[in-house]
Amino acid sequence: MSLVNFTTREITCKIVYYGPGRSGKTTNLHYVYGRVPEARRGRMVSLATQTDRTLFFDFLPIDLGQISGFATRFQLYTVPGQVYYNATRRLVLQGADGVVFVADSQARQLDENIESLQNLQSNLLGMGVDIRSLPVVMQYNKQDLPRELILEAPELDDALNFRAVPSFPADALHGQGVFETLKAISELVLKKLAAGSAA
Amino acid sequence: MTTALNAKFSFETCVVGAANRLAVTAGRAVAENPGTAYNPLFIYSGSGLGKTHLLMAIGQSAKKLVPELNVEYLTLDEYVEAFHAAVAAGQGDAFRRRFENVDILLVDDVQFLTNRKEMQTELLRLTEALQTAGHQIVLTSDRPPGDISDLDERLISRFSGGLVVDIGAPDYETRVAILRRKAEERAARFQPGVLEAVAGGEYHNVRELLGVLNRLVAYQAVNEELTAEGAKQLLGLSEATPAAAPAAPPDEFGSFLQDVTATVGKAVEAWRARVAEAIIRWEGEGYRTKRLEALLDEETPAAVDEVITRFAADVERLKALEAEVAALDPQAAGQSLFRDPERLNEAEAAAATVQAGAAPPPGPSGAFPLSTYAVGPSNEMAVNAVGAVLEEPGRQYNPLVLIGRSGLGKTHLLHAVGLELAKRPNAVVACLSTQAFIDELIAAIDGDRVEWWRARYRRVTALLLDDVHLVAGKERTQEELFNLFNLLQGGDRQLVFTAPTHPSKLTGVEPRIVSRLEGGLVAELGEPDRAVRRAVVERLLTQQQLSPDATFVDYVADRPADSVRTLVTLIQRVIEAATAQDRPLSAGLAREVLEGQPPEKGRRTTGFRTSGLVVSSLGGIRSREKMVWDWPDPADRLLEELR
Repeated sequence: MSLVNFTTREITCKIVYYGPGRSGKTTNLHYVYGRVPEARRGRMVSLATQTDRTLFFDFLPIDLGQISGFATRFQLYTVPGQVYYNATRRLVLQGADGVVFVADSQARQLDENIESLQNLQSNLLGMGVDIRSLPVVMQYNKQDLPRELILEAPELDDALNFRAVPSFPADALHGQGVFETLKAISELVLKKLAAGSAA
Repeated sequence: MTTALNAKFSFETCVVGAANRLAVTAGRAVAENPGTAYNPLFIYSGSGLGKTHLLMAIGQSAKKLVPELNVEYLTLDEYVEAFHAAVAAGQGDAFRRRFENVDILLVDDVQFLTNRKEMQTELLRLTEALQTAGHQIVLTSDRPPGDISDLDERLISRFSGGLVVDIGAPDYETRVAILRRKAEERAARFQPGVLEAVAGGEYHNVRELLGVLNRLVAYQAVNEELTAEGAKQLLGLSEATPAAAPAAPPDEFGSFLQDVTATVGKAVEAWRARVAEAIIRWEGEGYRTKRLEALLDEETPAAVDEVITRFAADVERLKALEAEVAALDPQAAGQSLFRDPERLNEAEAAAATVQAGAAPPPGPSGAFPLSTYAVGPSNEMAVNAVGAVLEEPGRQYNPLVLIGRSGLGKTHLLHAVGLELAKRPNAVVACLSTQAFIDELIAAIDGDRVEWWRARYRRVTALLLDDVHLVAGKERTQEELFNLFNLLQGGDRQLVFTAPTHPSKLTGVEPRIVSRLEGGLVAELGEPDRAVRRAVVERLLTQQQLSPDATFVDYVADRPADSVRTLVTLIQRVIEAATAQDRPLSAGLAREVLEGQPPEKGRRTTGFRTSGLVVSSLGGIRSREKMVWDWPDPADRLLEELR
């Protein structure tokens, strides 16, 4: 549950990385983990199968310290991408303050991307959350692959980003676009939290 | 020789953050209670992180609380230099004496002890002397004691024996707070976000940070106002150019943090941030911030700044009150109400009370209730007298003087009376040993607050002094006691004393006090009779939840004991033996332990007969004359006589 708690002076944001299997959600978290100073990050919890597929979810807590007098914490989660783990996805999605949709830029994965996006929308609806009211950003991962294999950002925007949310081309393995994505979703979430608390 | 404390380096000017909170808290504790809290206090950190500031703050704060304190600050080099000069002038002993009389010794940079064996020895000797005398020593170094190379093991253990704390590099929030504080001090104004942007850079210490602030101030003095971006460019904090540093990855997290900070800054209304920062600041200094926290719960509170200013003023007032109280009664200054601005009125009242001498003197100990006092024919008269006193305090038997040898229960009965008297409405009972009474008076004379001390005792409803014979030879105490006695007795306030013998037999006590002690009732406590012994045994067994057979209680109760204390020791021995041998408590065991068993046959070693008393294997003492088997071997005796 998102929180700007003026009494305890805490801000807690839960951000969920969503997307089809093998699109690079866990890779995003790993990259962030590697860049966060040790003192600021908690233990990254990753429950994976023998083939490194996320079995349940990944969790990375980050402590940003005191910001404007508020103890600010980010909790980054990933969901398992495989179709058959929908119950887990719903569980992880609960209480999310923002979603990063990590799409696989490979042309042959377009259907999986669309299916996952639909799945996100329907899971949110199942929880009574309208995707239009939730901060979401898109990340088009694996842009480092050969041009002939992938769709470029504008093409993916056309195919997936019909709500015109902020989108970022990325190469999560090498870090390109990872923090840009995180910054964008954080900004959206914090603005929304502030608007919510003001209301 | 020693450096004067720099007034700028105080706790008030010290910005407290996560990296130095422990060190500052320990420093405050030391300043408030030198010699008792952490002794020695050893602070270490890298250069420029505030060691010297903290060291001087301790000295200044302690001096502020107790101006008479002798505080010395010096660096190790100064100490070494002074020592060498003194030795060269043949004044080595004077030098040592001078430092042994220091109440708080603050030594900076002790890492320079490396390879200075003679100074290590000197400092070890001084540390020992200061600690023994209860004086405080605070040391700083750039590394922990164990890491100072070539340092004597004994010094390492001495230094580590108190508290060793480190100060880390300030975190981002502390850096912002430091920059704001320093900018304020220099009356420098910056656009919003400039100091935050500057604080986002990498700094290894505070001096570096202040150097950067100086650059900003200097730049602004001759140029237009800096923006956050401009400041970053000026200081080279902008995103690193890839060509310049291809190997070092950009600090993506730092940049993310700045972005989030900016967003939160925009999202959280400015007044909330100001309140939250004020809370962090005052909480860091140990004050309760309920009033400010309540502000955060409001939607749009009016006059936020006024509330913060008022709060700060209240805290200042609390500090002043605490300091005033600490000078009179250090214990009272430790109360939590001096840390809660919401209780300022209470703090004012408490301070006024202390100033008026109304802080209650030591009361009776709860460990001696009347219900556990064993009564028998031997102490019946005293107990009845106590009953009469409790019925009408100050009217009958005033004073009541309980006399008897040591260990008969005088102190217990005295405190029991005190506890009962304290139950009466508005009672202020002073119950303490005469030695403590004397010590308090000496401290009051020393602190030039005898009037305050007198006022403290003049308001009591009962004064109970244990071992009043200790006033013998203490002329000033007798004078004060005489006046206090007259005042309290005249006001029908109860006085109870204990003494080992009848007042008329006390030597060194002025006749005017003796006659007053005799003027009430002198009740003697005799050797514990069977009923008392039985009651003591039963109480002890109940306390320890033991249930021995009936013969045990009878046996111990039947056994003569010259005092309750002796009796308790005997029973304790039997209980310990029962536990050690895993046997039930019985008369048989008690007999065995208290009267002993015949020893095994064999020649006794000389170790058993070094005195007229023989120590049994179970710890009891038996008279040799009664135990024929304890006669030493005649051959041994002969040898001993020959020696």
